[in-house]
Amino acid sequence: MDNNTLNIRYEVVAKDFSRAGEASSALKKVLRKLNISPDIIRKVSIPMYEAEINMVIHANGGYIDVDITPETIHVVLTDNGPGIADLELAMQEGYSTATDNVRELGFGAGMGLPNIKKYSDDMKITTQLGKGTTVEIFVNIPA
Amino acid sequence: MTVRELVDTLNLCIVSEGDLCRNINGCYIGDLLSWVMSNAQSDNVWLTIMSNINIVAVATLTDVSCIILCENVSPDEECLKKAQLQEINILKTDMSTYDLAVKLGAVL
Repeated sequence: MDNNTLNIRYEVVAKDFSRAGEASSALKKVLRKLNISPDIIRKVSIPMYEAEINMVIHANGGYIDVDITPETIHVVLTDNGPGIADLELAMQEGYSTATDNVRELGFGAGMGLPNIKKYSDDMKITTQLGKGTTVEIFVNIPA
Repeated sequence: MTVRELVDTLNLCIVSEGDLCRNINGCYIGDLLSWVMSNAQSDNVWLTIMSNINIVAVATLTDVSCIILCENVSPDEECLKKAQLQEINILKTDMSTYDLAVKLGAVL
């Protein structure tokens, strides 16, 4: 491991809404301690929360690996869920496959993936039906 | 204006107490959590009728100064416990979201 890289792993539990957002909240605390600016923390927190919630709602939970260097924050969310059938459709604002009981909690607005794209500097999604999905979020830290 | 001053000015009820000395700067109204995540700003007051545990994580991540539950909505037990643990300010009122927003607009 590079001395300048901080690696953190979080576990996300499927369908457990009482813990949803805990990984994102924990990372926010770490970034604050590292004196990362609030603007950059926001750029990481919003996409990571959305991706974490997606894991809780749609996938069977999974892992989040975060690599922090002085230049970048790289978040990788890996699940073994059902995969995304139509990624282009899933990226459209307002499109959601969330069930009614999930919507009653305030989710399912169809803004998850669009928000990840909007706030991160770059995102990458790899998905395979029946196998799972990996979402990567890249945020640059300006010098 | 601080959260404490807002509570006194608009006669709001404190249901979970965090740092009541936090400053308030603006307001965001919404119940769909992705919209709130995306649009609420640090130090905003967040007006909502959502009262489940997930509002606590959203308040933490957006760094709003307080959540105000309108229409006499109360947080469920799980939500309240988490809010107290995370020291998130949750206030409530029997006013409608609109009525509260109008009053907020006059005092902020």
